[in-house]
Amino acid sequence: MENNISLTLKVWRQNGPKDKGRFETYKLDKVSTDSSFLEMMDILNEQLVNEGKEPVAFDHDCREGICGMCSLYINGRPHGPDDDVTTCQLHMRKFKDGETITIEPWRSAGFPVIKDLIVNRNAFDTIIAAGGYTSVSTGGVPDANAIPIPKVDADEAMDAASCIGCGACVATCKNGSAMLFVSAKVSHLALLPQGKVEAARRAKNMVAKMDELGFGNCTNTGACEVECPKGVSISNIARLNREFLKAKLAD
Amino acid sequence: MSTIFGSSIGRKLLMSLSGLFLVTFLIVHLSINLLLLVPDGGETFNIAANFMALPLIKYGLQPVLFGGFIIHIIYASILTLQNNKARGNAKYASGNNTKDVMWASKNMYVLGITVTAFLVVHIVDFFVPLQITHGAASVTYDGVEMHNTYALVNAALSEAWRVALYVVGSLGLTIHLTHGFWSAFQTLGFSNNIWRKRWTVIGIAFAWIIGLGFAAIAILQFAFYQ
Amino acid sequence: MNLDSKIPQGPMAEKWSNYKANQKLVNPANKRKLDIIVVGTGLAGASAAASFGEMGFNVKNFTIQDSPRRAHSIAAQGGINAAKNYPNDGDSVHRLFYDTVKGGDYRAREANVHRLAEVSNDIIDQCVAQGVPFAREYGGLLDNRSFGGAQVSRTFYAKGQTGQQLLIGAYQALMRQVNAGTVDLYTRTEIVDIVMVDGKARGVIARDLVTGEFQRHFGHAVVLATGGYGNAFFLSTNAMGSNGSAAIKAYEKGAAFANPCFAQIHPTCIPVHGEFQSKLTLMSESLRNDGRIWVPKKKEDAEAIRAGKLKPTQIAEENRDYYLERRYPAFGNLVPRDVASRAAKERCDAGFGVGTTGLAVYLDFKSAIERLGEDAIRARYGNLFQMYEKIVDDNPYETPMMIYPAIHYTMGGIWVDYELQTTVPGLFAAGEANFSDHGANRLGASALMQGLADGYFVLPYTIQNYLADDISTPRMTGDEKEFVDAESEAKAKFEKLLAIKGNRSVDSIHKELGLVMWDFVGMARNKEGLEKAIERIAEIKKEFWSNVRIPGSGEGMNVELEKASRLADFITTGDLMARDALHREESCGGHFREEFQTEEGEAMRQDDQFAYAACWEYQGADKAPVMHKEDLTFEVVKVAQRNYK
Repeated sequence: MENNISLTLKVWRQNGPKDKGRFETYKLDKVSTDSSFLEMMDILNEQLVNEGKEPVAFDHDCREGICGMCSLYINGRPHGPDDDVTTCQLHMRKFKDGETITIEPWRSAGFPVIKDLIVNRNAFDTIIAAGGYTSVSTGGVPDANAIPIPKVDADEAMDAASCIGCGACVATCKNGSAMLFVSAKVSHLALLPQGKVEAARRAKNMVAKMDELGFGNCTNTGACEVECPKGVSISNIARLNREFLKAKLAD
Repeated sequence: MSTIFGSSIGRKLLMSLSGLFLVTFLIVHLSINLLLLVPDGGETFNIAANFMALPLIKYGLQPVLFGGFIIHIIYASILTLQNNKARGNAKYASGNNTKDVMWASKNMYVLGITVTAFLVVHIVDFFVPLQITHGAASVTYDGVEMHNTYALVNAALSEAWRVALYVVGSLGLTIHLTHGFWSAFQTLGFSNNIWRKRWTVIGIAFAWIIGLGFAAIAILQFAFYQ
Repeated sequence: MNLDSKIPQGPMAEKWSNYKANQKLVNPANKRKLDIIVVGTGLAGASAAASFGEMGFNVKNFTIQDSPRRAHSIAAQGGINAAKNYPNDGDSVHRLFYDTVKGGDYRAREANVHRLAEVSNDIIDQCVAQGVPFAREYGGLLDNRSFGGAQVSRTFYAKGQTGQQLLIGAYQALMRQVNAGTVDLYTRTEIVDIVMVDGKARGVIARDLVTGEFQRHFGHAVVLATGGYGNAFFLSTNAMGSNGSAAIKAYEKGAAFANPCFAQIHPTCIPVHGEFQSKLTLMSESLRNDGRIWVPKKKEDAEAIRAGKLKPTQIAEENRDYYLERRYPAFGNLVPRDVASRAAKERCDAGFGVGTTGLAVYLDFKSAIERLGEDAIRARYGNLFQMYEKIVDDNPYETPMMIYPAIHYTMGGIWVDYELQTTVPGLFAAGEANFSDHGANRLGASALMQGLADGYFVLPYTIQNYLADDISTPRMTGDEKEFVDAESEAKAKFEKLLAIKGNRSVDSIHKELGLVMWDFVGMARNKEGLEKAIERIAEIKKEFWSNVRIPGSGEGMNVELEKASRLADFITTGDLMARDALHREESCGGHFREEFQTEEGEAMRQDDQFAYAACWEYQGADKAPVMHKEDLTFEVVKVAQRNYK
């Protein structure tokens, strides 16, 4: 049932990439427990604007858990204290009246802060550009049903492909590793005959780019899959390891 | 092949392989230690220990073993340094509250340091007098003279503080292995949704067998073999 | 205003082939000399940019988000149509074409729609080759489902995330070209103006959203693939960042804006729950395949439910009004979106609505669960039920879902000819941003089809026909007077916004606009209301330009400033929508005029007067736009009143 709660927010404020940054504390009254976390942030920002202050910058877009834009680290967890959700799907009924909520940006050397709670995740695009695709151009492809694909493989590829590129895996990883993200793409494509053709090249190039961009080494803690809003499994990391080692040994 | 160890997965491969190699060493070590419990005044154990001093093993296998430790430790240090750098300078003020993550998996390096510290004591206690200074006493079976390793071990384990230290060391090793074992297979790519659960169960069972095995032998020696 | 649609000669089924056979092409050596600007990285933008890059053009691709993969195409759930006829159930290119024109209530251009149906099959082939993990049967072949009341199963899908998977396919193709160096990607960069040189679109002024700096970019041609303008309503199923600003820039530079009043209201969204609400969440209309829609038969029951005294499960079967099944026995719960939406509004307006606000109807799975078992329902809709439960905190397996219509898609948009070129030479529009293929109402699973058709298979041909005449046009540096002037104008506009220093937040004004739009330009419109809306929008415009408060400066990132510049354009859009809705004295598709309905409340088209696309021409900031007509003729499709009874 709907309820109103009061909150104390400790929010990270940082004017730009070079600013040192600090926490600011804000009080918020009468937040409906039916509102989403980002709607609560909207209320805070409306309050700040009305006070003539600069609102808190945070990334968000679709607000239905699929675009991967929202990225808040709330009370020690990326996307906050609910499972299998993005920040935008988190609702205020998960919080208690009078609670203090600490809101931070993703922190990792690979994701520098741009402003307040917004970080730069271009590294993910760079990794995809290094090989996260099938090298087919538009037109001249065979009929969609020309190659049957076992349903099990198609379903598993779909599960891996459900990654939304939000970066929660990197944010929670004590090593700042991007292995879950990279492995999801490598798995998605390696499981399908269309992607298998260049699986070796892809695994090598994507891992090389990931290393080059300064992401950490995976130590299999599994924190990434716990925090992944789409439940992408670390079995994909095992598959990436396999694909990568196979490719390197074949060289 | 050239750049494989230059990559993150390659470095992890070295950790995995050296770790699994050390696991096989642990199995051999524990098997021989079990002979400490043979109630024959240490004869079986001494003969087995003497076998480990054969030139082929001493000059052939020991350096490999030593190498295994070195690789495991050096790469652990490299990886940890890199990982700290990748994590970045700014830390989360609200800490990390991610649930369902094995504590050991996040503290492998610390556990490794614990195990290494114990290893140093262990080497000073036994390896130095047996294989370097040869200060250990001798015993002769069927005309073959050898170190009385059993006496050395037995004497060492008569002291309660050392037994306690060995138990703590064994437990550190156990916790290290609860994550290390399955993690090695994950890194090699021998894992999937099904095998992951299997490796975890096998790994935890293995870790406790090894750890409790070493600890139990030390305690039994202290309690019943003096 | 020249509204030559440039429809090729020949029978309908041969027009596209004829066009391709006779069009001008650009040879590979010349492609390298030509620059194309693509604005937007959704299905249409990413697929176009990737395809142009593959062909050898130099492409500059812009997105306001941090990555191309965030574009709102990603949120489409249900699927993508194609005329493959894999299920052998009688589908064909002709039937898909016919259904689309009919579904659009005969307000689309036949030739464009036929081409769309023709290339639909190529899209599926292309996506599979890219590794899009479409759902498959155990035999390994692709699975199809029926969608949105179609009589054939022609919808391909990837779980409930079809848009995501198709967008990622296009995004990956795009990133491949970024890697190859043919596409320069500009993320977190917004287009603030289009640069005209000698009457042709020759570039854009962009603003870096991180630094606040302005940039000048030259292109031999400019493609807008910037999506729809549904966020004029503030509350819609669109993403928070979705905006119609680039389209308004085009309009202000002389591109005609066609049929702005054709906006689609999607029937199955989660109802509004409070004034703090930021957006509406859509749930795939595939839910209507198994869910039954009802409200209480008795007003007192509805009142008791609204007061929280009664639960829906306590209403006996005979006291439930399955109003879609009652009114439309042939199609029942599967009537097209506009029909289902209006029927819900009709019941709620009559006082039978449920939920705390009275603006909701039930979507009930009880009989489906009884018939198929909970597991089967879970397998089909598990992710949607979970999403609903996370938002509403109600378990839809036990208690009926509540739904209400919400603005979802805009069929109207920038007018384009057969080549997808606007009335401004060199300026093209693709995907939801253009007005072309859906007429007055879009069928389910057709948006993805159109976006990808435009980007992969139409523009790569038609843009060459334009660029072939441009091979000797040298690149401009951006220092030309036209560029410099356009930049100063854009800068001045942002400075003007910052200088207002009023008392109201951008959102508060946007919400006010949204309410006016929803009340008067929403699901049901009438003359009086629309005239009032035009008046109110003018007041809001005045309020905005005199009383908006934007903290911070133009340097560095300033989210409020971004929102304000978009809201300025939404106000223009809202005004256009209201004017268009007022002039169109008929009911068709997403446009329902209360004055034009049958006794049973069904839409009444006025084909003799309104069988045209209304194209609005900009006349200046404070002048009313002028309307021009592109008459629609139907050679193949027999125009009839839609009947879903």
